[in-house]
Amino acid sequence: MKVPVSWLSELVDLPAGISVQELDDAFVRLGFEVEDVLRPPVTTGPLVVGRVLEIEELTGFKKPIRYCQVEVGEAEARGIVCGARNFAVGDLVVAALPGAVLPGDFAIAARKTYDHVSDGMICSVRELGIGEDHAGILVLGQDGFEPGTPAADVLGLDDVVFDLDVTPDRGYAMSMRGIARDLAGVLGVPWRDPAGLPLPDWSGAPAWEVAVTDADRCDRFSMLALEGLDPAAPSPWALRRRLAQCGVRSISLAVDVTNYVMLELGQPMHAFDRDTVTGPITVRRATAGERLTTLDGADRALTDDDLLITDRSGPIGLAGVMGGASTEIGDATRAVLLEAAHWEQTGISRGVRRHRLPSEAGKRFERGTDPEVTVVALARAAALLVEHGGARVAGAPVDVDTRGPRPVIALDAGLPGRIAGVEYPHTQVVEVLEAIGAEVAGGGDALRVTPPPWRGDLRESADLVEEVVRFRGFDEIPSILPTAPPGRGLTERQRRRRSIGRALAAAGYVEAPAFPFLGAAQLDALGLPEDDERRRVNTVRNPLSEEAPALRTTLLPGLLASLARNLARGQRDVAVFEHGSVFPGGERTAAPLPGVDERPDDATLAALLGAVPPQPWHVAVALTGQREPRGWWGPGRPAEWADAVQAARVVAEAAGAELTVRAGDRAPWHPGRCAELLVGDRVIGYAGELHPRVCAALDLPPRTSGMELDADALPAPTVPQAPSISTFPPVLLDLALVVTDEVPAADVAAALRAGAGELLESLRLFDVYTGAPVPAGSRSLAYALTLRAPDRTLTGEEATAVRDAALAEAAAATGAELRG
Amino acid sequence: MSQDAGAGDAAPSSHRNPGARGGGCRAEWRPVSGANDPYDPKQVAALSPEALDDAVRAALEGFAAAGNLEALAAVRPAHLGDRAPVLLARRELGALPPAARSDAGKRVNAARVAVTDAYAARLAELEAERDARVLAEERVDVTLPWDRTPRGARHPLTTLTDRIADIFVGMGYEVADGPELEAEWLNFDALNIGPDHPSRSMMDTFFVAPENSGLVLRTHTSPVQARTMLDRQPPIYVVAPGRVYRTDELDATHLPVFHQVEGLAVDRGLTMAHLRGTLDHLARQLFGAGARTRWRPHFFPFTEPSAEFDVWFPEHRDGPQWVEWGGCGMVNPRVLRACGIDPDVYSGFAFGMGIERALQFRSAVSDMHDIAEADVRFTTAFGVEQ
Repeated sequence: MKVPVSWLSELVDLPAGISVQELDDAFVRLGFEVEDVLRPPVTTGPLVVGRVLEIEELTGFKKPIRYCQVEVGEAEARGIVCGARNFAVGDLVVAALPGAVLPGDFAIAARKTYDHVSDGMICSVRELGIGEDHAGILVLGQDGFEPGTPAADVLGLDDVVFDLDVTPDRGYAMSMRGIARDLAGVLGVPWRDPAGLPLPDWSGAPAWEVAVTDADRCDRFSMLALEGLDPAAPSPWALRRRLAQCGVRSISLAVDVTNYVMLELGQPMHAFDRDTVTGPITVRRATAGERLTTLDGADRALTDDDLLITDRSGPIGLAGVMGGASTEIGDATRAVLLEAAHWEQTGISRGVRRHRLPSEAGKRFERGTDPEVTVVALARAAALLVEHGGARVAGAPVDVDTRGPRPVIALDAGLPGRIAGVEYPHTQVVEVLEAIGAEVAGGGDALRVTPPPWRGDLRESADLVEEVVRFRGFDEIPSILPTAPPGRGLTERQRRRRSIGRALAAAGYVEAPAFPFLGAAQLDALGLPEDDERRRVNTVRNPLSEEAPALRTTLLPGLLASLARNLARGQRDVAVFEHGSVFPGGERTAAPLPGVDERPDDATLAALLGAVPPQPWHVAVALTGQREPRGWWGPGRPAEWADAVQAARVVAEAAGAELTVRAGDRAPWHPGRCAELLVGDRVIGYAGELHPRVCAALDLPPRTSGMELDADALPAPTVPQAPSISTFPPVLLDLALVVTDEVPAADVAAALRAGAGELLESLRLFDVYTGAPVPAGSRSLAYALTLRAPDRTLTGEEATAVRDAALAEAAAATGAELRG
Repeated sequence: MSQDAGAGDAAPSSHRNPGARGGGCRAEWRPVSGANDPYDPKQVAALSPEALDDAVRAALEGFAAAGNLEALAAVRPAHLGDRAPVLLARRELGALPPAARSDAGKRVNAARVAVTDAYAARLAELEAERDARVLAEERVDVTLPWDRTPRGARHPLTTLTDRIADIFVGMGYEVADGPELEAEWLNFDALNIGPDHPSRSMMDTFFVAPENSGLVLRTHTSPVQARTMLDRQPPIYVVAPGRVYRTDELDATHLPVFHQVEGLAVDRGLTMAHLRGTLDHLARQLFGAGARTRWRPHFFPFTEPSAEFDVWFPEHRDGPQWVEWGGCGMVNPRVLRACGIDPDVYSGFAFGMGIERALQFRSAVSDMHDIAEADVRFTTAFGVEQ
């Protein structure tokens, strides 16, 4: 909402000398965010109102040129050359005289042009920097100003315009009237309500026959007819100037007047060409299949939720949203039917969205207008059309008014203070409520408040509390820290997420969160089979990109894209991780939309919560390049499948869970280099080297590796139990076993553990060897075992027995042989 | 002790020291002459003061002349070995008549102590020299990098979220989580944003297919508050950080996917003063002791009264200034009712702010792209801040 200070000062007795900053502060205090303070561009030097006395048409040039004698309040008129033709002798214009500097550093001097000395310039709106119009020069009309008057006041060149952001609950503030009332209230100064004009004494038959069949959606519908309008009558400069300041384009007198009244009173209006309206007007819902061509030329299919203004021909307007083309005001319109109505807000809101027709009128109607002012607005518009367009009112207004009584809110006068934590005296509470236009009745603390008709947002006591606190100011509220009851701290799950992130960061992975959107192309690139469950996605109906309408079912596409982006920016060695929700798809029942007057019943609530898909928390890593860089210590070590598997172990350890690993086969991993990650016998993820085709498809370096697991599937950690620490000396054994290549090292280790029994303190694989003398197809696995007893020093015989038992078990389980 | 057990023979460890074990105090004593042996003055010439002085002098000179531990070890037997003069002299004591023994014994002992001490002193001296030399030889360039493990980092959004959560946990709040793909009713209706409410379209919502799914990508973390209130009765003090979605194209100041943290307190007698106290405390914890908040009236369907708040940030890159940060207000009684809480008994306050926004001015991030694009250079600059 753009608010020119000059207009505001006509309505509010602004304190003398109030500064722009003080006004800015007052608006902010009222809750109107100041988006911008617009000041006209600076013009210096002599800029005056001039009257055109003579026009000499110059010919013989490429275009017609005029040499004009312009009276500028001096002894003699000045001769000024002008290329525009939209003015006549007697018109008042704006003349920049030599020495003036117009916006854009445009210096005016007397100079010879078209064989005449031009002693100044007649200005267009654009040259003055107050608009875009450059089709001709600015004509101020034929009277109202004396030639020689400084033009700055006439043009409003010292006028500041506030651009205010009005929140959607405050429809009343989408008008000068509403802003003026609030500002006067908070400044404590008198103001003049532009809707407080006495209504003329109309007589005669009502302007038109009108019926409203949907009183719920329209509780007041008013019309007034005017005749004898001069269709060529221009809008007066002052009106055009105000519209321009408020960001509204000037179109014709009739349209400009309705817009002006909307800005002033907040009541949007519509003007029909009366001669094109046939038969009685009915306000009713559309029936399916009806269509309407609106002012913008669009032919619109209507639904039974659309509220229409109709005549005998059918729909002639989409109520509160946009008028119809068939009754539009045109160049020849002499008879006008003005409409001002009060529409139910949410219906307008639906219509605006359904037909994608946001407009200044719609914006006001969906936020709520004042039903009291429909006829006032008609009178105000009529007066302007009579004054500037030569029109006359025909008959009396139509006013279909079915409004019920206004609601009354019971308010405990102490409530605002109790909510704010500030003591507000009783009188202050009443004062504020009256300042916003409410009627306050009742004695003592039990107030009965009737909100003003333009404040549909005031529905219960909390809404009134806000008005009191807003007017008294938030600065009065003290700062007190409440005392919460003892809390539980973070949950296990929250602690676990932190530990996982920290552990991966400590292991050299950089967190790389991605937007969770993806498309089929990304899933194809991973080589997922058609029936892979990760292809069952939830999709967004209005995605930012048609290529990525789905919610991720795996972290890998986003993570690999982050990896690729870093590579594209010149990184070579990158290890990244992400942890976050994934959104598995599948058949679901729709979530219900219960009412909000009370807590939904348990069954409804269960259905509601049950309709929200589970969104497990996944962890993933991706890495490429050197996992350990080359340095003065020697060469680097390339990132490989084993790093990805180790990352899974790091995650599990951080979560306090035990992970086992076995060979797996799943996209997007290399079938021979894919580890299945298990907790117990449940698979919770995969790790390894990516499939060469996947690397190629995503333009990633060969051997890029990755891991993804479901962190929510990791079991909750149990309380760790302390081990008994034996102080007896250990026995250290190294065992090299030869097994065939198919035997996983994990199986050999498990067999050794099982065979060694309780005396085994630790076991570690320290070498894997292939080549002679180990036969082809086999490999040698070398383990270091530490044996120790809790209560004694082990004897050589005991150690040998353990070793033999371990070997026997390994041989039995895996065919391992002690390497000779 | 050696600095490096694997460094080998050069180390000045005592058990490898060729001279250390031979310390005079541990010399073995032969049996002395029997008490009744005949006294032969010739035999006992070694006990004369002159002879002992000579032996001591010779030992001292020999030790001093030894230039290193090896040389010292080499001369040691001559002066402290079994056949060394002072030890031989001691053996002769037995040949003396008892009356003469005491005197001679004192002389011999003094000579022996003098030689032993001289040896120990020289040994210590040479060991110190050797140690100094070896340690100097082992000098390394400690400025060499050892960045063999690559640097990892948590994203600053994560660490800042944790920090904010910790501040609230410190105030007794619980941290609540909720799904990002959320029921429309919880995201809107329960929060007093009816189906036709203008702010429902204002929120730029991502709707989830099919059309009647009743699901959206949450536009704020407020549905977590609704879930909490539906789940239990007051007192409630929760804070809900998390990822939220709006249909904004990514640019320098907008993100379609971003993070918020929202707080909710519902209890008896809570006022806007308590809300201010909470926000001021948070501001001080995050932005320094000089931080505070300023409120401007605003509109949110789920709070009444509502305000937007700015934070005074003394450490701002462009000088101390007010920075827009978030929204807050007293929980709308309609929201309490929809969640089964009696607004006549309880009141509550709620607040929410953008974590990207906080990160932006707290860490002087100039472009939102940097927060969203997962460039490792950006993230590693923040380390693993706890």
